[in-house]
Amino acid sequence: MLADKNRIFSNIYGLEDPFLKGAKKRGDWDGTKAILELGREEIVTRVKASGLRGRGGAGFSTGMKWSFMPKESSDRPHYLVINADEGEPGTCKDREIMRHDPHKLIEGALIASFAMGANAAYCYVRGEFFRETEALQRAVDEAYAAGLIGDNACKSGFKFDFYIHRGMGSYICGEETALIESLEGKKGQPRLKPPFPANVGLYGAPTTVNNVESIAVAPEILRRGPEWFAGFGRPNNTGTKLFLISGHVNQPCLVEEEMSIPLKELIEKHAGGVRGGWDNLKGVIPGGASVPVLPKHLCEDVLMDFDSLREQQSGLGTAAVMVMDQSTDIVRAITRLSAFYKHESCGQCTPCREGTGWMWRMMKKMSAGTAQPDEIDMLEEVTRQIEGHTICALGDAAAWPIQGLIRHFRPELEKRIAEVKSGNSQAA
Amino acid sequence: MVKLTIDGKEVEAEGGMTVMQACEQAGIEIPRFCYHERLSIAGNCRMCLVSLERAPKPVASCAMPVGEGMVITTNSPEVQKMRKGVMEFLLINHPLDCPICDQGGECDLQDQAMSYGSDRSRFEENKRATKDKYMGPLISTTMTRCIHCTRCIRFASEVAGVPELGATGRGENMEVGTYVGKALTSELSGNMIDLCPVGALTNSPYAFNARPWELKKTESFDVTDAVGSSIRIDARGPEVKRILPRLNEDVNEEWISDKARFSCDGLKNQRLDTPYVRRDGKLIAATWPEAFSGIADALKPLKGNQIAAIAGDMADCESMTLLKELMSDLGSENIDCRQDGAKLDSSSRAGYVFNSTINGIDHADAILLVGTNPRREAPVLNARIRKRYVSGGVQIASIGDDADLTYPYANLGNSVSILKDLAAGKGDFAKTLKDAEHPMIIIGQGALSRSDGAAILGLARTAAEKLGMINKSTGWNGFNVLHTAAARVGGLDLDFVPGSNGRDVAGILDGAEAGDIKAVYLLGADEIDTSKLSKAFVIYQGHHGDVGAHCADVILPGAAYTEKSGTYVNTEGRVQVGRLAVFPPGEAREDWTIIRALSETVGKQLPYDNLQQVRGRMVNVNGIFSNTDDVQIAKWGKFGTKGKMHDAPFTLPIDNFYMTDAISRASVTMAKCADEFLDSTGQKTGTNG
Repeated sequence: MLADKNRIFSNIYGLEDPFLKGAKKRGDWDGTKAILELGREEIVTRVKASGLRGRGGAGFSTGMKWSFMPKESSDRPHYLVINADEGEPGTCKDREIMRHDPHKLIEGALIASFAMGANAAYCYVRGEFFRETEALQRAVDEAYAAGLIGDNACKSGFKFDFYIHRGMGSYICGEETALIESLEGKKGQPRLKPPFPANVGLYGAPTTVNNVESIAVAPEILRRGPEWFAGFGRPNNTGTKLFLISGHVNQPCLVEEEMSIPLKELIEKHAGGVRGGWDNLKGVIPGGASVPVLPKHLCEDVLMDFDSLREQQSGLGTAAVMVMDQSTDIVRAITRLSAFYKHESCGQCTPCREGTGWMWRMMKKMSAGTAQPDEIDMLEEVTRQIEGHTICALGDAAAWPIQGLIRHFRPELEKRIAEVKSGNSQAA
Repeated sequence: MVKLTIDGKEVEAEGGMTVMQACEQAGIEIPRFCYHERLSIAGNCRMCLVSLERAPKPVASCAMPVGEGMVITTNSPEVQKMRKGVMEFLLINHPLDCPICDQGGECDLQDQAMSYGSDRSRFEENKRATKDKYMGPLISTTMTRCIHCTRCIRFASEVAGVPELGATGRGENMEVGTYVGKALTSELSGNMIDLCPVGALTNSPYAFNARPWELKKTESFDVTDAVGSSIRIDARGPEVKRILPRLNEDVNEEWISDKARFSCDGLKNQRLDTPYVRRDGKLIAATWPEAFSGIADALKPLKGNQIAAIAGDMADCESMTLLKELMSDLGSENIDCRQDGAKLDSSSRAGYVFNSTINGIDHADAILLVGTNPRREAPVLNARIRKRYVSGGVQIASIGDDADLTYPYANLGNSVSILKDLAAGKGDFAKTLKDAEHPMIIIGQGALSRSDGAAILGLARTAAEKLGMINKSTGWNGFNVLHTAAARVGGLDLDFVPGSNGRDVAGILDGAEAGDIKAVYLLGADEIDTSKLSKAFVIYQGHHGDVGAHCADVILPGAAYTEKSGTYVNTEGRVQVGRLAVFPPGEAREDWTIIRALSETVGKQLPYDNLQQVRGRMVNVNGIFSNTDDVQIAKWGKFGTKGKMHDAPFTLPIDNFYMTDAISRASVTMAKCADEFLDSTGQKTGTNG
């Protein structure tokens, strides 16, 4: 179990003052100027060395991402965009950071912007996060007033501005290029890549989009040293991470833990165990709605990190663990997710626009048991027709949960169809 | 050059090309819906997916730039499966109404479903249905058929420059529309019909008229403006059903204006299909011999200088050649082809053509518009200027009306004195033009058809010379006249202007009013003040019962541009020969044959018995007619006069874009457009209509 002294988000539960006075007490804004004085290259090198992987879901090396930004500044400005459009079902970590530890984010934004030669950071906050925006804005105002950001941020001579932009509550605007489009005032639809945002991003200028958590942990990494951060977890899956456990557990919670903690340990230790005991477990969605479900036997010893979960054909995603016990109608649960993706598809590209609706309709039949047995294979094939064929990852995200369901719970689907056919259905 | 492997074949492609272009170059067809050469890349249909070695996912070939050493596969079972998958998705919500869809037979979705799709559907759910959108009198919509390729949206915002189309809603509920249910305010909107790969946007006047395979397709040229766009005339039996653009990179790329496309229904209305002779104040249908002898009787007592001829805006060069010769045989020098009174000088060709050529607009880095609104006078050419603007690095200014040209420009004012200042090198824009590598002036008929037009023409020449628009070493000639009439440049090339003692249009009309001119031959001339002709004997040769026919004493029914092989010269000076698509109605005849027949009756038989002989004569008159479809560089010379100019603002030659000639005035579709687009000022009341 992660020792308290090693927690980065020491006020994630909001027990102390979230604003400047409290933040400073917890060590924020301590020696920020010295960190900036390390220079752009050194900051990027150290973040790389820490092994920090993007906390937004895809798990791309944050330091690497920062290093993609052009080294020489041209006439085009650089931008840092912070993705606070936290819309992944089951995920509620970024909002807690903004609400209870906003200065970590602002300080991280300053350091990250400095490391990329960006003089401005835009924080795109999910529209529904009204109180969070207020808290963040208050913290930003404080930071400006204290000279921590602004024309001469932390007296380093570096000019840095922090802007908050509120979204309108569209899931797809959490995709980095759709977020950029939305920020520019356009319809939130993902862009084609290449060119990548590091080349042509916000307003056509080099841009890096990072998740709130990735940015917020950066100051602490640089203060304590990359070795400290890299000391947690397994190689390639280092650091501490905010985990969220929801669903059929005794104490749903948000907790900062070491990466690569076993899933079972996470649930038992922090969430008070599965409702009705571990044996009552049916399945776990380990990383937000977009990743395939894991059945109980795989949950026994899977580690909560990018690589271990990928080996099990699932993913860490946002580390939002959704626990389902035996009382769950797993087919209906996945159907609900399908409805979500159908609703949130932006409609730009064909497979996702047409496919999400089709999958949802078939899933409805599956959960009612009115489908034909061979339709299970057809549904599987449709998910394959979507996966990898779309502009952004929403198509994949819509396909994976269904793939996971068919992979692990196919007998359940077949049983239901057979029951309805024979007329002794309980589902209806 | 970049080397890459496509389907096991090593090919070379230029850097910056897309994978799709490289495949096409290698002769491999890639299916696509959203991609279009002239629009930005959307990459949303996903039909062009190919597999790229070492890439985690298949790539959209339309958007992927080629890279050194890429290994592309377009024919593997996986790629075929991907295409089949995308096809299936496109079809699940697309109605199976091909039998009642106008796009049937020329539908990209239909064709590609045949080649790449499955033979059956696995989709058993209900199909999506969408409410149709109102898009004006030109475009019918069946939005349920839309496959959301966004070509129309991109066309409207990029080419037409009217960002009024867009998508609302998301996912399955995404709908393409104009947000507010109003027609698109563009003169190029019809091109969206061609761009639409399915039957969502179809040609409204042509709806349910014919199937593409029933139509006889004739390649010809448009005459509704002076651009001379390449068109394809689709006809069934005796009727022109529709007009489509034809690819011509030098002129219209692949666009045509709405007037060129939709005014063809005017070819069916108000037609003159038999000769008429006026008896007791009434026009009575007659035979050709009756009409000719009536003319012969009227002309017999007249002296040459009492006869005059005016050629209209759609006259072909063949008939103008013969009419000029007939008039000179009759001893008349009173001929003019400049109905609008433009003070153009036929002695120097550089002084009346668009010297830079339309392609030259792509190179221009500073453009000065004088007395013209190209959006109304030549929408396709205006789209070229917009294209130039979009590619960046051009400055545009206008002396004239402050109108929305679909691109930003500096309005310098509306008076000749501003041009005078510029010619003298005064003002910021004079410096811009001087510093530019390819400066360009486009002078319109609004400036030239005034009484001081000749002096303005002279001033424009001075300005062009002073501001470095004529560069002998690079061969750049930035002096351009933008015409509004298809016949004008041809008429000037044939020297269809008054002889040394002859009268011009104003002189002819005044002479007729005063009684000095006793007979006037109108060759399709309708845009003149015919009230002045009441005393004269008027012969009207043309195809529509328009203004000119109303005042005629004898009507000789001619052929419209779709009904004859006629030569036209566009505003660049490009000689283009149109083709006959359908035969003229009733007794109407090709125009040059009418003049040839008449010449015999009046005793001045012209020595031409077939089209070859007439065209041979045209080449003798002016060598440029020997070279068709090309622009010949006009030698720079002296033109225009020096003289006083008055300071009145320029008035534009075209008020109502949709009704500029006999054909479009007879067109119901054009009337609907005029109603839709020009009456939007709120003048209509509740009781109107």
